[in-house]
Amino acid sequence: MSKSNTILYLDGVSVSFDGFRAINNLSLVLDKGEMRAIIGPNGAGKTTMMDIVTGKTRPDVGEVYFDGQVDLTKHDEAEIAMMGIGRKFQKPTVFESHTIEENLMLALKGPRSIFPALFHRRSAAEARQIDDILGIIRLGDKRDELAANLSHGQKQWLEIGMLLAQDPKLLLVDEPVAGMTDAETEETARLLKDIARDHSVIVVEHDMHFVRELGVKVTCLHEGSVLSEGSLDFVSADERVVEVYLGR
Amino acid sequence: MITGRFFAAGADRRIAITIFILLAVAIIVPLLNLAVAPTSSFYVPSYVVALTGKYLCYALLALALDLVWGYCGILSLGHGAFFALGGYAMGMYLMRQIGSRGVYGNPLLPDFMVFLNYGELPWFWYGFDHFWFAAIMVLAVPGLLAFVFGWFAFRSRVTGVYLSIITQAMTYALLLAFFRNDMGFGGNNGLTDFKDILGFNVQADATRSALFAASAVTLALAVLVTWAIVGSKYGKLLMAVRDAESRTRFLGWRAENVKLFAFTVSAVMAGIAGALYVPQVGIINPGEFEPSNSIEVVVWAAVGGRGTIVGPIIGALVVNAGKSWFTGVLPEFWLFALGGLFVAVTLFLPKGIVGMWDSWRGNARALRAASINEESGTHPAVPPPPKIIRSAARTPGDWSASGPEPQPAE
Repeated sequence: MSKSNTILYLDGVSVSFDGFRAINNLSLVLDKGEMRAIIGPNGAGKTTMMDIVTGKTRPDVGEVYFDGQVDLTKHDEAEIAMMGIGRKFQKPTVFESHTIEENLMLALKGPRSIFPALFHRRSAAEARQIDDILGIIRLGDKRDELAANLSHGQKQWLEIGMLLAQDPKLLLVDEPVAGMTDAETEETARLLKDIARDHSVIVVEHDMHFVRELGVKVTCLHEGSVLSEGSLDFVSADERVVEVYLGR
Repeated sequence: MITGRFFAAGADRRIAITIFILLAVAIIVPLLNLAVAPTSSFYVPSYVVALTGKYLCYALLALALDLVWGYCGILSLGHGAFFALGGYAMGMYLMRQIGSRGVYGNPLLPDFMVFLNYGELPWFWYGFDHFWFAAIMVLAVPGLLAFVFGWFAFRSRVTGVYLSIITQAMTYALLLAFFRNDMGFGGNNGLTDFKDILGFNVQADATRSALFAASAVTLALAVLVTWAIVGSKYGKLLMAVRDAESRTRFLGWRAENVKLFAFTVSAVMAGIAGALYVPQVGIINPGEFEPSNSIEVVVWAAVGGRGTIVGPIIGALVVNAGKSWFTGVLPEFWLFALGGLFVAVTLFLPKGIVGMWDSWRGNARALRAASINEESGTHPAVPPPPKIIRSAARTPGDWSASGPEPQPAE
């Protein structure tokens, strides 16, 4: 396989915790600009895969390349984030004692060292970017509200907004619609499709309705490796997928 | 929203008032001590000046702890060590100022060195005959220790109770080291019997008043600096690290550097507090490294209200005033009272005195708003009790250094 036109390239990756093989010879390739949905039963290694890509967990063996040439196993979380990989956690994680606007300000692309932050003054360009993102995630009227006061779904959106503020090349989005109403789910699907126009995106989700709405290539993980890959119809027709995940 | 802004403005006003009061006290108290006749009812006795000067140093120490504990969730149980190191640096300068007036009359060696048969001045005492050198050391020694300690601890991602334990171990190790006579810091007697500071007699009322004023002004300055730090983008980041450290990492921030900066600044502040403290009490000995001293600082900050800047200052003043009174009346019960106070504050005032004041005012306002609405016949939803201080501890009983919620990146 050639790495040249890929945004993310995993080959033969394995990692085990205390003898348990969380990821087992996993190979996954994401092209530039592609959106991919990842499904799979609990414990299939979806979140561990994200941990490996974002530098939280080091693989025991295997290759992990970003943008065709950067070996991600040699970098830590902050470096990987600066290269352009953004991550939304399974449980929405925002800075609850800050306002929505401050949350976005901390996420906004820019220098990441202490002294610039100490003497930072908000520029007009930054204010405009924040306004744009607030518009996209539909929280414009709540900009001065504490993040702690948001509903679960709004926190998910704020976190996606923080990802956008980071301006990454690749977004890893873990269960974006968990705990959302049907209307919110639809809204989120639209939002992610919008984002996918100029970003590469990996979405982990259990909600098949939502995955169908995204309408992208699907990878089903099972016991740490790829079980099936293709369109949603293809994957959901696969005997093994039905066996381990969808149920009969 | 609007209430959030109002309370933010309220907190800012409170800090401005605190700075103003400290500056006013720095002028008025020395005046009342020096310029007013002792018979006047406005006269402030010298012992009160010395005592409150000491409390102001404690308040500065509590403020230093607040920066790391209240705003970054680092529960340091070793801040007394930075305080003591700053104190030792000042003590070494004061020892060198004694000159040949010591008991043994040696022009070069302090008394304890003559007593312990030192042939010459140890190398690390060089330079301490100059005030400027000692002043730099007051900042540099605690700062450097905190930097090196923090560098390793934060890089290895030691957090929560483990970090608290190793800070405690650090101050205990220093306690044992400074107790040794051959360390060259006077062993368990420490450094004392000071004569002059910058050419003025340390015992004189005027010098004491000047030291008091210096403590008050320094504390005001420290409040200003802490306020500026906390209000900056870096300050927001500091609280973000406290609330969701992994989130900051995945946004590309280096959480360890964020903590390291605050920890170092805080240690320098603690060192300055120690340096102001020593000439006012006239002695520095290894007892200042006692782990229980550091824990007491935590109690001050908790009682006043951590993460509020003003709270720890109030806490340090109130608890120490209580201590002075209590140890006079019922000396053997003081430690029980202190322990009981900590338990009571944890249970009933999780946000300390300042937090209680705020929620009391917030509730009063909400009630008033509700009754006005009732009178006018309209029934809009009563606003929920507003979030008071944006930076205060979030949940009752949340004394641990780690965030109240499990770290998410599983």
